Amino acid sequence: MLAKIRTAINTGDRGDFHEAHTSATYITNDDGNIAVRIELFAHRVAEYKAWVGRCTTEGIAQAIAERLTIRGKKRMVIPVDLPAGWLPAGIEFVRDTQLDRTVIAGMDGVLSGAALGIAQTGTIVLDGGAYQGRRMISLLPDYHLCIIRAQDIVGVVPEAFALLATTMQIPMQPYTFISGPSATSDIELNRVEGVHGPRTLDVFIVE
Amino acid sequence: MKKPESVIIELAPRFEVGAKSALQNTQLRRNMGKATQTIRGKRASVVDELSDWESLRVAGQHIKDDVLQHLDTYLVQLEDAITRAGGHVHWAKDAHEANEIVTRLIHATGSKEIIKVKSLTTDEIRLNEALELAGITAIETDLAELIIQLAHEKSSHILVPAIHKNRSEIRALFQKSMNLPDLTDEPTELAAAARQFLREKFMSVRVATSGANFAIAETGSVCVVESEGNGRMCLTMPEVLISVMGIEKILPRWQDLGVFMQLLPRSSTGERMNPYTSIWTGVHANDGPQEFHLVLLDNGRSDVLADAVGRQTLHCIRCSACINVCPVYERTGGHAYGSVYPGPIGAILTPQLVGTAHADSLPYASSLCGACYDVCPVRINIPEVLVHLRGKVVAEKQTQPQSWFDGENLGMKAMAATFAHRSTYELAQHAGQLAQWPFVQEGYIEHGPGLLGKWTAMRDFPAIPPQSFRDWWRERQRDE
Amino acid sequence: MQVALFITCFNDTLFPNTGKAVVSIVERLGHQVIFPEEQTCCGQMHFNTGYQAEAMPLIRRFVEIFSQYEAIVSPSASCVGMVRDMYRFAAEVHQDTKLANEVALLSERVYEFSEFIVNRLGIQDVGAYYPHRVTYHPTCHSLRGIKVGDAPEQLLRAVRGIDYVPMTQSNECCGFGGTFAVKNADTSMAMLGDKIRHILDTRAEVCVAADNSCLMHIGGALHRQRSGVRIAHLAEILAAQE
Repeated sequence: MLAKIRTAINTGDRGDFHEAHTSATYITNDDGNIAVRIELFAHRVAEYKAWVGRCTTEGIAQAIAERLTIRGKKRMVIPVDLPAGWLPAGIEFVRDTQLDRTVIAGMDGVLSGAALGIAQTGTIVLDGGAYQGRRMISLLPDYHLCIIRAQDIVGVVPEAFALLATTMQIPMQPYTFISGPSATSDIELNRVEGVHGPRTLDVFIVE
Repeated sequence: MKKPESVIIELAPRFEVGAKSALQNTQLRRNMGKATQTIRGKRASVVDELSDWESLRVAGQHIKDDVLQHLDTYLVQLEDAITRAGGHVHWAKDAHEANEIVTRLIHATGSKEIIKVKSLTTDEIRLNEALELAGITAIETDLAELIIQLAHEKSSHILVPAIHKNRSEIRALFQKSMNLPDLTDEPTELAAAARQFLREKFMSVRVATSGANFAIAETGSVCVVESEGNGRMCLTMPEVLISVMGIEKILPRWQDLGVFMQLLPRSSTGERMNPYTSIWTGVHANDGPQEFHLVLLDNGRSDVLADAVGRQTLHCIRCSACINVCPVYERTGGHAYGSVYPGPIGAILTPQLVGTAHADSLPYASSLCGACYDVCPVRINIPEVLVHLRGKVVAEKQTQPQSWFDGENLGMKAMAATFAHRSTYELAQHAGQLAQWPFVQEGYIEHGPGLLGKWTAMRDFPAIPPQSFRDWWRERQRDE
Repeated sequence: MQVALFITCFNDTLFPNTGKAVVSIVERLGHQVIFPEEQTCCGQMHFNTGYQAEAMPLIRRFVEIFSQYEAIVSPSASCVGMVRDMYRFAAEVHQDTKLANEVALLSERVYEFSEFIVNRLGIQDVGAYYPHRVTYHPTCHSLRGIKVGDAPEQLLRAVRGIDYVPMTQSNECCGFGGTFAVKNADTSMAMLGDKIRHILDTRAEVCVAADNSCLMHIGGALHRQRSGVRIAHLAEILAAQE
């Protein structure tokens, strides 16, 4: 198969008429104001019908407590490395020590951190790294409470890939890009939120 | 003459014939018009937000040019990277081979049932049919694909495949196949029914297949872009994952995703970013499938690659922006193209994959308006490729003896010969002025003879004025 | 300036008034029109329908005839598009570097009529008077092909007495597409139906465009339906005076 491809490459060569390849001129960095960027991120995430709140590093546990109470969540699955300092009393948190999938599916929700966020598109990226756990736990429960640090929010999409490249393992860890809850418009073009994956997404930006 | 390995076009009628009947279906036309218009608007609005959109398009084009120029190198690089990450790469020269590989891999797991993420590539090779013959049930997990599958129908639209089904039809379908007698026809309830039905499958089925939007040669990563979350389910929950990917979908470097993850969502669904994108490499301990296979598919792509003009077709990232903007597609719908790939991209890709002789009406299914080229995120000059393919169709026809008697061929040759010299051209003009006399009424011809009759069947034709421009000019020169 | 007129085969034969209008405007603006009589056809219909071998002699002929002129103007965006875009493509496909170079040089001097007036001469007001309600159809070649932008509209808006009404969804193809109008007549007419509706919505008396080819298709239906709406090439409106 490769031989055929090689022959084809040479046959189809446009020779003298190749277009000159100029260097990339698209935007690779957002050098703008950080506060503006955080605001944009919060705004764009909220546009996808996710809830967005802010809190301080010291106030994480408190913020989580309030949010989970409002949502009525009592049992949450968490990654094994999630800091104990984040966990408020009064709610059951179960660490994912390779739990059975039916157990995870039976939880009220999942609490996790995030690798980074992209302001321009309101995207949260999970890379299974610190405080995120494996992919299944942020997929099966119907509710996802995500804690993201303001300093981990980049401006534009190319920045995200550049940043992820710096923490990439070999072989590479799996990534999940989340931009709002799931949606479909397949029934008479009516947009319906939440088909598979968490139907409710709450986000705290930690400053 | 090349025989199509996979039957993309199964005895499809000529485009004009398929179009004629589709045009009469006003209900479908209404739905299609509304759908494409809505998506066009969304696309325009998110594209306008980016001041560097044109630069991104150029970058996309150049990256893809690079891919095609060094495709062999990148494919080998990809295979190495995936293998090092614990995955397996298989090479399939055609649909038959691809289906055979996938079937064999599934048989090895002992599973009789698999879950699928929507993939045009698997539709192209007719994987579901091949699996069924081998006693394996493939369950589509995209809502629209599920609807189509349960109804035993074919997709009518690349983006919204079940657009021809209204909510009560879907309710009846779900009531029957999911055993839910009390189901209403509210879209939220219907979606919830699908969620429940499929959830069972996600939790239990051990093998999944998917396509791939991109694969990165540098890192060996495969990327799937989706909206509903069924992709994440299929890519994470099972033990074994088999992905089928056209060889042209490869990208050289990780950073190239920074370009394409802007081009694709904005061009396809008109969003800044689609809800879920999954990127994985081989297998990862304690997270997701522990057995991964990537099937690289040729199936005619290397033939497209060999064509200097046509190879730009392989830039395609299947965003469907061209389809949404095409005035022809908007009115005829997808079935008229007789292929898994409809619309402008279909009109150039299908004939190149199966050979122009087998799809000779498709390059003409366009008015060359250029709207597609304007929106293509990877700058495929679709009108140019269409004209190029028309050239191939005509050249092929002219090698056959029937062309000696073909009206169009003879007419075109006669006209070219006539226009090659001023004297014959002017003679033809004067002849026309005289010969039209019996057909002209009040300055118009309403019933023309011969080929003109094809025009006048639908619209009036202006009478040839008694004096041509050049005759007027000469007279004026004389009088000065 | 000496302006060589590239009249185009169908304007020459079917719409001589458009040519006359171009001549009168160019002369009114103080320039001289030359008409190279050897010209016949640019080969677009043949080339775009796939008869590329048959079109090559016509292409070479055009280049030979017009190369000597400093400015070539045509009242047909589609033919100008053929010369500026497809001639390069034809030369590439035939691996003819000599022709490609000649075409590259020639292309810089070939103008569509409205872009010549507005961009090359820098004029929007050509002293026209046309007291009628007019709408404008931007043809695909003028809009997306050679990208004349809003030059035609600038010219129309400067006409005294004119009641100019833009069309909705004006950038949609009218369905002509050359031989497409015959080979895919049903689809072509479906597209035309919508274009006619948009024209009629403006209540204009006249529909104007930069290409008589599209106008022939649009006008053919407007007349068949006895709509009372006329078609006119942009040049003919601009040539009208008190």
